[in-house]
Amino acid sequence: MASSEVLRVEHLTVRFGGLTAVDDLNFSAMHGDITGLIGPNGAGKTTVFNCITGFYKPTTGLLSMTHPSGRQFYLDRMADFKVASTAHVARTFQNIRLFSGMTALENLLVAQHNVLMRASGMSVWGVLGFPVYKHAEKRAAEKAAEWLDKIGLYDRADDPAGELPYGAQRRLEIARAMCTDPVILCLDEPAAGLNPKESAELNTLLRGIRDETKTSILLIEHDMSVVMQICDHVVVLEYGQKISDGTPAEVKADPRVIAAYLGVDDSEIESVASLIEEAIPGVKKS
Amino acid sequence: MEYLYFIQQLINGITLGSIYGLIAIGYTMVFGIIGMVNFSHGDIFMVSAFIALIVFLVVTTWLGIASVFIAVLLMLIISMALAGLWNWAIEKVAYRPLRGSFRLAPLISAIGVSLILSNFVQVAQGPRNKPVPPLFNDTIQLATWDGFTAVLAYKQIAIVLITAILLAGFWYIVQKTPLGRAQRACEQDRKMAALLGIDVDRTISATFVMGAALAAVAGTMYVMYYGVISYQDGFIPGIKAFTAAVLGGIGSLPGAVLGGLLIGLIETFFSGYFSLAYKDVAAFSILVVVLIFMPQGILGRPEVEKV
Repeated sequence: MASSEVLRVEHLTVRFGGLTAVDDLNFSAMHGDITGLIGPNGAGKTTVFNCITGFYKPTTGLLSMTHPSGRQFYLDRMADFKVASTAHVARTFQNIRLFSGMTALENLLVAQHNVLMRASGMSVWGVLGFPVYKHAEKRAAEKAAEWLDKIGLYDRADDPAGELPYGAQRRLEIARAMCTDPVILCLDEPAAGLNPKESAELNTLLRGIRDETKTSILLIEHDMSVVMQICDHVVVLEYGQKISDGTPAEVKADPRVIAAYLGVDDSEIESVASLIEEAIPGVKKS
Repeated sequence: MEYLYFIQQLINGITLGSIYGLIAIGYTMVFGIIGMVNFSHGDIFMVSAFIALIVFLVVTTWLGIASVFIAVLLMLIISMALAGLWNWAIEKVAYRPLRGSFRLAPLISAIGVSLILSNFVQVAQGPRNKPVPPLFNDTIQLATWDGFTAVLAYKQIAIVLITAILLAGFWYIVQKTPLGRAQRACEQDRKMAALLGIDVDRTISATFVMGAALAAVAGTMYVMYYGVISYQDGFIPGIKAFTAAVLGGIGSLPGAVLGGLLIGLIETFFSGYFSLAYKDVAAFSILVVVLIFMPQGILGRPEVEKV
């Protein structure tokens, strides 16, 4: 099936004072794909995420999103909560941001806030115990239970989220994002700090999300084994610019990517430098 | 005698404490969600007491409704609604534009709002004390000994009961409804709540409205209990309720109620056994002592570091 674009990033530039964190970036993500965003530290990956999820407003550039229904959204022009509530973009953070004082179950219910709020008529029906709200609440709880089961935390539903083990918190954060019914799920280093076993479980979870829910996933990751195993498409950033774009295998073989990640031997500097200059005019790499 | 006198002070203290507790909830919730001490909250309480007074006069003299029950019900409903509207508007005009500004800005703005409200009422209603005809004057005589009678007034029962019922309802909203969950989520991490699609501004507005509605209940009962209200009456009860919120642990709902009851009891016992003139000194000394020795309060959480 020829898949359609779900997200198109055009000429995205973000400046913080004199620092250009993202410089004229263009890429697109296909519907139902796992798109990896990789690059060395400080390459601007998280900044790109922050723009997509409405955390920052880009200095210039266009972020357009197309739902499977054909509806279009311009994410750079929407209020932050609207990006989640109407465009259905969800995200997780590099440093986990669960509501640690609330239980695991409540974390998943908060994510279904808008559905429940509508059903409860701004809580009025809810307080009065109207059946329409009871029904919606039951469905929300079922959905939450289903996700808790999927991430293996069903038994710990009523524990405060802050007391769960680290790996469980990461999975819970992903489940919470999924409870908002996202069209695009943005994951910022989901495998950071996980041991190999947890990392493998994460891969299974992410593949399951893509295959079962058809959610498009955008992934920032340093762990190359995760990227190579699960991504359908990889975009490589360095110094805020795109240096490579393609399938994992293509990207892995790209000399610019290798140079960016590993540096190069003294004897090869000349040839690699010319390669880089050829690819990105105006960039001098010392 | 000794113990009857004690019982009487206990009854009075719990009644007063209920009123403080209701006001304290407004302080504690607003502080919890936007980290601001809303110094105009006491004046919202005062304004709502005036609204209750006006409603009472309209209902009894113009509409000629004789039932005290209906009169009080209307006082409660209308003052809750109007006070909620006031606070909603105040938040929108005076605090929301300052969100994201430096920490002191909304605080100073709140002090300004407090002055505006009390001066507005002074001009609109006159500077003199406004009396309310006594309501529910029946009492239950508990016991008499050596010329002293311990008395439980019907209005005291009504105040404590209404407080308890409203607190239960309020607790249900915060714990079990989507709005309450959103409020707790915003309290912990506003940005993250927005990223889950929660309209943070609307949630904060709802918090202000709820706080004002509870203050309006307190205001209505204050008018019923003391039978008099003036434009200055927002300040002292407001600061005492703030003391209650700090004592209970600011940010904690049960803490606000507990703190309110404690302040009410301390104040009544102090005036009953030591000196009536120095009762405010007693209440505010507590504020100083709590701030120095246990700033997190009785039920407050220690500061959680946000990443």
